[in-house]
Amino acid sequence: MKFLSDLISGISLGSVYAIIALGYTMVYGIAKMLNFAHGDVIMIGGYVSYCAMFYLGFPVWAAVLLAMLVCTVLGIVIEGLAYKPLRSAPSLAVLITAIGVSYFLQNSALLIWKADTKVYPSIVDGSLKLGQLTIPYVTLLTVAACVVIMIGLSIFTSKSKMGKAMRACSEDKGAAQLMGINVNRTISATFAIGSALAAIAGVLLCSSYYTLNPTTGSMPGIKAFTAAVFGGIGSIPGAFLGGILLGVIESIAKAYVPNLANAVVFAVLIVVLLVKPSGLLGKVVREKV
Amino acid sequence: MSERTRTKMVPVPSRAIIPERDINKQPVLETVHLGIEFGGLHAVDDFNMVIGKTEIAGLIGPNGAGKTTIFNLLTNVYQPTCGSILVDGRPTAGKSTAQVNRMGIARTFQNIRLFNDLTVEDNVKVGLHNQTNYGYLSGILRLPSYWKQEKQAHQRALELLDLFDMADMASARAGSLPYGAQRRLEIVRALATSPKLLLLDEPAAGMNPSETAELMDNIIKIRDTFQIAVMLIEHDMNLVMGICEGIVVVNYGRIIAKGNPDEIRSNPAVIEAYLGQQEEE
Amino acid sequence: MAIEKKKGLKKAALSDLITYLGVTAVFVIMSLLQSRGMLSRSLSGQLVPICCYVVMAVSLNLTVGVLGELSLGHAGFMSVGAFSGIIAAMCLQGHIASNPVLLLVAMVVGAFFAAIVGLLVGLPVLRLRGDYLAIVTLAFGEIIKDLINCLLVGYDSRGLHFAFNFNGKQNVDSLNLAEDGIAIIKGAQGAAGTTKLATFTAGFILVILALVVVLNLMRSRSGRAIMALRDNRIAAESVGINVTKYKLMAFVTSAALAGAAGALFGLNYSSLQATKFNFDTSILVLVFVVLGGLGNMRGSIIAATVLTILPEALREFADYRMLVYAIVLILVMLATNSPRLKAMLNRAFSPIKRLFAGKGAEKEAAQ
Repeated sequence: MKFLSDLISGISLGSVYAIIALGYTMVYGIAKMLNFAHGDVIMIGGYVSYCAMFYLGFPVWAAVLLAMLVCTVLGIVIEGLAYKPLRSAPSLAVLITAIGVSYFLQNSALLIWKADTKVYPSIVDGSLKLGQLTIPYVTLLTVAACVVIMIGLSIFTSKSKMGKAMRACSEDKGAAQLMGINVNRTISATFAIGSALAAIAGVLLCSSYYTLNPTTGSMPGIKAFTAAVFGGIGSIPGAFLGGILLGVIESIAKAYVPNLANAVVFAVLIVVLLVKPSGLLGKVVREKV
Repeated sequence: MSERTRTKMVPVPSRAIIPERDINKQPVLETVHLGIEFGGLHAVDDFNMVIGKTEIAGLIGPNGAGKTTIFNLLTNVYQPTCGSILVDGRPTAGKSTAQVNRMGIARTFQNIRLFNDLTVEDNVKVGLHNQTNYGYLSGILRLPSYWKQEKQAHQRALELLDLFDMADMASARAGSLPYGAQRRLEIVRALATSPKLLLLDEPAAGMNPSETAELMDNIIKIRDTFQIAVMLIEHDMNLVMGICEGIVVVNYGRIIAKGNPDEIRSNPAVIEAYLGQQEEE
Repeated sequence: MAIEKKKGLKKAALSDLITYLGVTAVFVIMSLLQSRGMLSRSLSGQLVPICCYVVMAVSLNLTVGVLGELSLGHAGFMSVGAFSGIIAAMCLQGHIASNPVLLLVAMVVGAFFAAIVGLLVGLPVLRLRGDYLAIVTLAFGEIIKDLINCLLVGYDSRGLHFAFNFNGKQNVDSLNLAEDGIAIIKGAQGAAGTTKLATFTAGFILVILALVVVLNLMRSRSGRAIMALRDNRIAAESVGINVTKYKLMAFVTSAALAGAAGALFGLNYSSLQATKFNFDTSILVLVFVVLGGLGNMRGSIIAATVLTILPEALREFADYRMLVYAIVLILVMLATNSPRLKAMLNRAFSPIKRLFAGKGAEKEAAQ
């Protein structure tokens, strides 16, 4: 029974990771950059929804929408100001810039909302009782949101015009441009979607853990990227699978070796990458000689 | 000068100028039923050929025929799915690309691959890597073996560069060289590993006729100076017919003809597959 | 042509000499100022950490700039060096009377264990490429941090005692130390009661040593092989370079230097926790390397020094200093890497360059 409830909380945590990882995997697929600021967008999403609910008295759905809106704009602005000028720069320069943006967001949050941890209430109260098992509604909501987002994104990237443009750009930007695709706009749109997903993840993350502070997003951001790599970066089902697996592994590890939960997660990642260097569902790319 | 005019007369009767060449002696390279599959597609199939110790051989064929794939197989960049490769009679199966180089095969690349951020001289010195042997600690502590071998490597690098009129560029950054010099540097770097067989992948690509003529001289010079075999992939028929003693034609990964330039020129299968197509271009 | 080459060789040798002389000059000046009491307390206290960060930056530059592989877990090696160095120093302090010798032994031990961990990490990791390698080094850094966080080490007359607090239930008592025993590392509390052995002179010597190792390596046969791998792995293989051997060589050397720096760092404080060497520290060192210039050791030294002093100097801005730091970081990266900004800067600084830069930028924008 203990195992089952660990498993359920693992799936819930994994769903949050999966939502972040979906955004991460799309951004990485198209911009080929480790966006270390992604985790901090989650944190901003958390704060915006918190403020909307407590200071402005918004209902939950409106708070979530506001958080999504703010994060989307934030994502587009970050991309336009910090990453777009570096499109042709070495990847390390972009990485350091992303780290700079991450510091910027964290320290801005520190100035605006101060360092003390805020208590974030669950956005949905109550829980489902199945015999001895108690499943909070927020867990069900998280898992459902994750599945809906995953399916929605799959359909979006395979059917819609913008989705196809995104796939084309991640394959070959030059060729995409020659086909009349506006590469810059497509990349901005990808950042927008990734950031909106980060906002949702922020709300769900905070309401699962009830806490919020300026570094809330860092570790989940890194773990979500790990999840994306785990599942095969650039792959939407891969990010979903990777996120869920990572959450479950972490939750079970926490139950048995609490001090080494993170270490276990990362060890599994290393083993997977050594056996399958392109992740569970990633494509194997042969180097052209 | 006399050597230069002589090499421009085509084709050179090979036996006359290379007494060592004897196909009955052990060849420098032999491939037996060599083949590779990519996802069920036979990119190269049943490739058999032999290269003499100082032969200049040509590998030609239409675009996408599998020529570069053959070079990648010969250097173990790709592991063959069937068949075997013998360098000086020794099989290369299971060896790494680096080990194959030490067995005697050096190559250049179709899309130039230099060490762009190193100087020209250092590029050649990397080629000389296995001609020197002082260790990691000797290098850090600058023991006598470091000074002695570095001096030798420096002299050897300049000798090799001088052979191709590049000694004055020794301290330039390799990535900053003009295109033609980059191609020559790739050849020098390959020669620095003192190979028995030099593989040149489209050495004349992007060159004008006078540069190509100079390249032909250089290839002959390489063979004569170093007494090694050269195998080249090339689309410039004047070059191939001009200096190659043996030519292999491939199409769709299979050999469709083998022989000397005259035989290839008059082979109907070749004309259909290759020369005919070229006239259309 | 022989002259041409001599020039090239001399240029490298001269550049190295300037680096050594510069470091020595700064050391002499700082020592003089310190002995006359002209350094502020906070700067005085930072001299040893600055040396450690300089060595960290130089050693990481070997991996990132010279080998060309992005490592996000360099602090992990520092951590291994720090804690193994502390254990060595605490165990041997009854046996070795001279503090400098004890410090030297601790640094050698730190370097040795960091090198072993570097080898264990490098063997599997270096087969991966690019961002995958980066994320796995990050993972290893976190694993090392977590493992050391669980570590309990004590020393008594019977020898060393180890225990692992995986489940949060173990504590110092689990070590079963004898009466005369001391607990050296206490899990999440880290090391406490360490004898402070580190000195500025030791830091200076370590910096010079790291420079000799890295610079001489770069000018040797092995270093050329490593740089060849960075510039073009396939071409390097084609001229007979053993990829695994030279990648590992660079990686392990880098880890060993980081370990020595860690030992010095650990013995500069009376208490130290494993969380000090987290992902942020790895990133901090990476920022030194990138801002100083890839493969440019002098740049790493300057960047590490300036960026370690800067946050202290900005202390009066208190809350805003990290924000300023972040903005400066972004602006520097944009200014040095964005074609358009570069062009704008050129325009601003030199009217003659204007035409050139403008055209260049337009061309790049058009591409």
